[in-house]
Amino acid sequence: MTQKVKVAITVNGTLYERDVEPRLLLSDFIRHDLGLKGTHVGCEHGLCGACTVLIDGHSARSCTLFAVMVDGSEIKTVESLGTIDNMHPLQEAFHEKHALQCGFCTPGFLMTAVEYLEGNPNPTAEQAREAIDGNFCRCTGYENIVEAVQLAAKKMAAH
Amino acid sequence: MKPAPFDYYAPTSLSEALDKLTELGYSGKVLAGGQSLIPAMNFRMARPTALVDLGKVKELSYIKPTADGGMAIGTMTRDSVVEEDLLVSERFPILVKTIKHIAHKQIRNRGTFGGAIAHADPAAQLPAAALLLDANLKVLSKAGERWVKAVDFFIGPFMTVLEPEELLAEVVLPPLAPRTGASYQQVSRQKGGYAQAAVISTVTLDGADRVKEARVALFSVGEYPLLASKPNQVLAGQVPTAEAIEEIAAYVAKNECDPGTDIHGTEEYRRNLVHVLVRRALTEAVQQAKK
Ligand SMILES: Cc1cc2nc3c(=O)[nH]c(=O)nc-3n(C[C@H](O)[C@H](O)[C@H](O)COP(=O)(O)OP(=O)(O)OC[C@H]3O[C@@H](n4cnc5c(N)ncnc54)[C@H](O)[C@@H]3O)c2cc1C
Ligand code: FES
Ligand code: FES
Repeated sequence: MTQKVKVAITVNGTLYERDVEPRLLLSDFIRHDLGLKGTHVGCEHGLCGACTVLIDGHSARSCTLFAVMVDGSEIKTVESLGTIDNMHPLQEAFHEKHALQCGFCTPGFLMTAVEYLEGNPNPTAEQAREAIDGNFCRCTGYENIVEAVQLAAKKMAAH
Repeated sequence: MKPAPFDYYAPTSLSEALDKLTELGYSGKVLAGGQSLIPAMNFRMARPTALVDLGKVKELSYIKPTADGGMAIGTMTRDSVVEEDLLVSERFPILVKTIKHIAHKQIRNRGTFGGAIAHADPAAQLPAAALLLDANLKVLSKAGERWVKAVDFFIGPFMTVLEPEELLAEVVLPPLAPRTGASYQQVSRQKGGYAQAAVISTVTLDGADRVKEARVALFSVGEYPLLASKPNQVLAGQVPTAEAIEEIAAYVAKNECDPGTDIHGTEEYRRNLVHVLVRRALTEAVQQAKK
């Protein structure tokens, strides 16, 4: 019989108690079990960063973790940032700077940048570039993403 | 792809974890940060029967100063926690520099200090750092504990002296002597990518600027991290000159590494990198030691 493990995981402020198979990836738990499709899955082996979420405040790939490993943790996905009518300053900045084209990579960049800006409120372009070095974007060429991260920093400081 | 099914155990204490590993024997495997094991399972390159997750064994996660001026690091301490620890940056600045070259923040937030050493990837930074810093590794099993020096720990690519019922529990770093400088040098295709060749070194000088000890660890250029012997042979007791360093670099590149050829570079290219990187690493370590 397939083993199931009881987990209690808080995602975007809601506590979910589920029985899951140990091999269920956190990315699949978020997307399939909880239906939160904002977290994207590109490579599924830790390389592209599309699946980045925050675990107890720290960015991590959700595809290189089993859901059972984050039992008791608090997860934040891109859905926690803002809504179309009430965007997070980072989302506004991505919008204004055209920092996305197809948008597949965007949730990962946002969740990476949100952690980064908390500890680094005023990055130079070089620092912003370094902050996103674990995320792939196949469309934009990164320039506008770097500008958006810097603009977001300014917006967040003004808030 | 998705990983194959496995039995999952999440002990909450060290003794429970050791009991489980003994019970499982060859079918059990430790799960630490998962940053190497889970990608391999997603590819189905790894198909362990049972995993013992150390994530809830809180007693394996700590950074403690040792009385002699060194540090003891619990195996489950996340890379990013070591990277940001103030005492580590005071006592082993080279370790902080080295960790920053491991992958990306998202991976360092989950990957563990001991997990990287136990994984023994020939292209990984921390096995080489353990070798360079002469780390002492505490290995535990239900039957008891044993201590293994880093230089005796690695026996092949992804192979260590660990038995299936054992786990790496703690990494103890002896203190660096006064007037020790260090350097980290690597060439990789992009930042955060695995190095095509890399060198970490320390040089300790005496009051007259003669070398007391020169250590050079190489990685990504052999089946496991290598400690070169030529640097200390040539430099010990001498004032290090550019000529001596150049001679060492050429010798090490030719005789003390064993790089392979793959899509990222040929053996010849990697030997050339070793030559350049050993020269840079020793030169910088000497400069740092004089500061
Ligand atoms: C995209 C990507 C890029 C990466 N780039 C780099 C890089 O540039 N440099 C680098 O060094 N690493 C890199 N890594 C690997 C990363 O550093 C891993 O975190 C590390 O190699 C393994 O640590 P872990 O805690 O995640 O171990 P796990 O993945 O959980 O385990 C790895 C192996 O070690 C064994 N193991 C773990 N802990 C113990 C223990 N205490 N006792 C006995 N056995 C144990 C496991 O059984 C398993 O076989 C990268 C990973 C990814 C996904
Ligand atoms: S999908 Fe997780 S890193 Fe690519
Ligand atoms: S916007 Fe298309 S991959 Fe980044």
